[in-house]
Amino acid sequence: MAGMSSRIALTLNGQPRTLPADTPPGMTLLDWLRGPAPRGAGLTGTKEGCAEGDCGACTVVIEAADGARTPVNACLALLGQMHGRALRTVEGLVAADGAPHPVQRAMAENDATQCGFCTPGIVMSAWAHSRCGGAAHEALAGNLCRCTGYRPILGVFAALEDDGAPAAPAPALEGGSEFAVPGQVFHAPATLEAALTLRAAHPEAWLLAGGTDLGLRVSEHRERPARILSLGAVPELAETRLAPGLLTVGAALPYARLLDLLARAPEMAPLAAHLRRLGSRQIRGLGTLGGNLGTASPIGDTLPPLLALGVRVVLGSARAGERVLDLAEFITGYRQTALAADEIILRVEIPRPPEGAVFACEKLSKRHDQDISAVAAGFLLRLEGGVVAEARLAFGGMAATVARAPRAEAALAGQPVTEEAFARAAQALAEDFAPLSDWRAGAEYRLHSAQGLLRRLHWRIARPDLALEVQA
Amino acid sequence: MTDAPPPPAATRTGMGAALRQDSALQHATGAARFTDDLPEPPGTLHAALALSPVAHGRLAPLDLAPARAVPGVVAVLGPAEVPGRNDISPSGKALEKLFAEGLVEHWGQPLALVVAATRDAALAGAAALRPEIAPLPPILSIEAALETGALLMPPQVIERGGWQAALEAAPLQLAGEFRCGGQEHFYLEGQITLAVPGEDGDITLHASTQHPTEVQHIASRVLGCDYNRVTVQCRRMGGGFGGKESNASWIAAAAALAARATGRPVKLRLSRKADMAATGKRHPFLFRWRAGCDAEGRLLALDATLAADGGHSLDLSAGVIFRAVTHALNAYDVPALRVTGLACKTNTVSNTAFRGFGGPQGALLMEDVLFSMARATGRPVDELRERNFAGGPNGAETPYGQKLEGELIRRVWAEARQGADWERRRAAAEAFNAAHPTLRRGLGGFALAFGISFGIMAMNQAGALVHVYTDGSIRLNHGGTEMGQGLFIKIAQVVAEVFGVEVERIRITATSTAEVPNTAPTAASTGSDLNGWAAHQAAGAIRARMAGIAATAWGVPEEEVIFADGHVSAGNHRMRFGELAQLCWAQRVSLSATGFYRTPDIHWDPVAMRGHPFFYFSYGAALAEVLVDTLTGEYRVLRADLVQDCGRSLNPAIDRGQIEGAFLQGQGWLTCEELWWDADGRLRTLGPSTYKIPGSREMPAEFNLRLLADAPARANTIFRSKAVGEPPLLLATCVWNALRDAVGGARLDLPATPERVLAALRAGGA
Repeated sequence: MAGMSSRIALTLNGQPRTLPADTPPGMTLLDWLRGPAPRGAGLTGTKEGCAEGDCGACTVVIEAADGARTPVNACLALLGQMHGRALRTVEGLVAADGAPHPVQRAMAENDATQCGFCTPGIVMSAWAHSRCGGAAHEALAGNLCRCTGYRPILGVFAALEDDGAPAAPAPALEGGSEFAVPGQVFHAPATLEAALTLRAAHPEAWLLAGGTDLGLRVSEHRERPARILSLGAVPELAETRLAPGLLTVGAALPYARLLDLLARAPEMAPLAAHLRRLGSRQIRGLGTLGGNLGTASPIGDTLPPLLALGVRVVLGSARAGERVLDLAEFITGYRQTALAADEIILRVEIPRPPEGAVFACEKLSKRHDQDISAVAAGFLLRLEGGVVAEARLAFGGMAATVARAPRAEAALAGQPVTEEAFARAAQALAEDFAPLSDWRAGAEYRLHSAQGLLRRLHWRIARPDLALEVQA
Repeated sequence: MTDAPPPPAATRTGMGAALRQDSALQHATGAARFTDDLPEPPGTLHAALALSPVAHGRLAPLDLAPARAVPGVVAVLGPAEVPGRNDISPSGKALEKLFAEGLVEHWGQPLALVVAATRDAALAGAAALRPEIAPLPPILSIEAALETGALLMPPQVIERGGWQAALEAAPLQLAGEFRCGGQEHFYLEGQITLAVPGEDGDITLHASTQHPTEVQHIASRVLGCDYNRVTVQCRRMGGGFGGKESNASWIAAAAALAARATGRPVKLRLSRKADMAATGKRHPFLFRWRAGCDAEGRLLALDATLAADGGHSLDLSAGVIFRAVTHALNAYDVPALRVTGLACKTNTVSNTAFRGFGGPQGALLMEDVLFSMARATGRPVDELRERNFAGGPNGAETPYGQKLEGELIRRVWAEARQGADWERRRAAAEAFNAAHPTLRRGLGGFALAFGISFGIMAMNQAGALVHVYTDGSIRLNHGGTEMGQGLFIKIAQVVAEVFGVEVERIRITATSTAEVPNTAPTAASTGSDLNGWAAHQAAGAIRARMAGIAATAWGVPEEEVIFADGHVSAGNHRMRFGELAQLCWAQRVSLSATGFYRTPDIHWDPVAMRGHPFFYFSYGAALAEVLVDTLTGEYRVLRADLVQDCGRSLNPAIDRGQIEGAFLQGQGWLTCEELWWDADGRLRTLGPSTYKIPGSREMPAEFNLRLLADAPARANTIFRSKAVGEPPLLLATCVWNALRDAVGGARLDLPATPERVLAALRAGGA
């Protein structure tokens, strides 16, 4: 195909690199970085702590042309996904004369490193944070340190200054790419049409959006898929539109950019806050709404709020064009969806809560940040004259799929906002769900805490003056 | 060694200076090499463990052929391929197998090692094995083990006074039961060894280990060779926490076996999941107790059983139980008591050392007793705490015969309360709780007396090797290992102090069995106590020789020669330290010395369960305030105030880091870190996505710490400092107490996840 790249080109620590044609595109970025040259980059500063995108020891930063810095987990990112990107690792912060970067110096001088194994990843998160800003806890949520207790690290994060360094230029991309080695092909089409054609031709291919879920199968389970269809280079899948009443989000738009969009829709603030607890900045730098929908996990964080909001999922195929499904129709079972073998999730249409509606998102987990929910919920209440006109109560972690709670919704409908009404709805929840016990929580806790969330919803409406969350 | 207080610091960077961890900048630039970062020698192979998919069962001889058939696989090694003994027991008191034979006793137990050209090929080879196991019913709980009498060793019992009669005569009689969970070490760097064969049976093991000598011994045992063929080296670990004490040894032995079998370098790096499946953790405990007290809440008698889940084999459980029973009274006095420590055998991974080594579990007991007593007497927990502190009007002697310093217990407690503004905040919390419809604040305190020394007396020894070169630079080696705790810089500071030079003159080097032999593990908080003195001895020996040369050259008495500021002087005479080193060489005086130290004044009678097992005690106190959501059980630590006794701190910056880090690690154990086994005995919390160690937000929102001032150790410790590695981990117990306060005092098993907090709230009706 004309203009098709067949070798991975990226910028590493400011140096353009075109990788040998026999470089497996489906290997993890981390394995490539740490691998001895010439097959790998020979850079061992970036560490493997868990190979599941949770500890952050492998954090590297993608530098965008506009200067934005996105931390990502090198253990989850596949090398093929890095085509056309500019990357920086901990070694790349050291000046040419060997002088450590101020962030590196600050980590050392503030006693923010003990064993040092997590330190390179934390340095990279800090370096990204020095430009992106925001809450320090949020910036650190994707990095675990087992030694320090975090105080000195938070001290470094609180005093960071942007170094003002311009982004290293990424290699120019022309068209799509196809990287092939014996036993593995990685497609990264640059148009929706090409993506749909490939999807139809190769229904068995891994459909890769951000890769934060599929990447695990490579990183941790050491799978070597024969064919990967990456959607990250399809512009149509990253488009967004903020219209009155409706927010449209491309399925392959990373959460980090979705958050930028949500900042412009104040009524979506609860969803934005909820997304800030989804994974970490590293996960949100790659992960997408389309990916979360595609895996259809009963504990996916985004699904309960989306179900409460009544989103529609737009699917596309070369065969039949577009079709639109309600989220409830799209999810057909435990990790099962209505997506046909030749279809791709194109975008998600999110109705914006009307004025006066009550919208809340909840997540319960053992740890506040970077944890998978035991129970997640999205609540949308339409109130008319102090009475609940309509309640949409959606829960994750309570059944084999994300689901609404019809009996609890019915218990609230037509009721005034009183403690008793919400207590009755909480009671009804016991008839809506019979949750399972697992390592995240027991059935009893799932039910009782979900009931607690409904009671908390009451207090949210009744006492907007009160801080109701322990993290507030 | 002298009892006189040390002279003022001889240099800017000697004892007491707040220097940073020796590799801090190299960590931050990525230049510090961990074992997996070492350049692989040409021809390096990679190994992977095959693990049991069953918790308990009869194992047929493993057919290794399926793994051998995987492309890239070079060797597959099972029990039959072990040239020495298939025994990795660290104590030597029980047969503990490297590879299971005939019987598997826990899910995740190593069955074989696959060696291949690449790590992926090795993993694929391991996955190709199909062990034939006839399942047997597994024992998966402490209760089940107690019912069947499945113990790994005889009970350890400490008794004092007529506890039975005292219990029966007590005006108030109480009883309780609770449990605490285990804890995964979650060192960020997983277990790893690179084994490099040399000539004629030599082998070098680059191991991430807290105990190079034990690696040497166990690798030699497995290989069937003399210790002198095996050299073990470790520059640094990416965290240890006790998890790289005995567990590192068998992993290194497996790598050594693979290198011996193939004649090529072999790297064995466990994936996080394999690491969590196959290596031991902190012991979970079940506590059952009866106590008697008077109406004022003074304890009169106690009978307690501390039953630990030792897992399937002995490993280090004897020492863990020892420390649990010797710390069961913590800082408190009970005149008559019996404390029974049991190591239960279950079909889970063999539990092992973890920072505190049974002490943190043991010290939970009295907290539960105090809470029960508070409920029974209607008195505040903290009043009862003070009433029952050891010393003062109460007895100061532990039930095993060693005295606690009651005034230090009271001092740390009083300072913590004062610094925390405790009374005002309790009133504020009560007002908040009365006003808020759903949130509750809770406050909790804790005081600690933690004994320092290895429970095995022979382990309380250390060696060091110091060279002075003729340019005045110094090379330091000792038996301690660096896992991030700052030991290397502390010992370098000791040597800098002795020679009166800046610490930059001292080259810190990798721990190696070839330089300092027959060492103890770096564990039990003893690293700086033991190795500090050993290095001090070595440096002192060289300094004495150098002083002699200077004295002769200058015609002054030796004792007038002073080493300070990088110079040596006496009266008007003065020369640079390096000049004197050169002069010593010219006069043919040795500038190299070994140092050796054995902890004095410790003894233990394991039959009578009495003695003086600890060189000294470390004291501390902490207070925490939490905010709990009564609807969901979610909580947050709003504030913690810590006071820790470090004696005269060798390095306050390092000590502060140790205290804060230990506190949060202890808080993790007590709150969010939950190990979860399914009904078949499979551990399902196998990585950070399911096993949750604290993140930054778990740190107390306000985190205050002070080192106890003007409190030089009374024991003759190195520069009157005190150990710091483990004690502060126990301070996190105040978070448990604060949560318990918030839930109304109800039983709150550990870890106190939001789930257990909500259950306790519902049970307590709070």
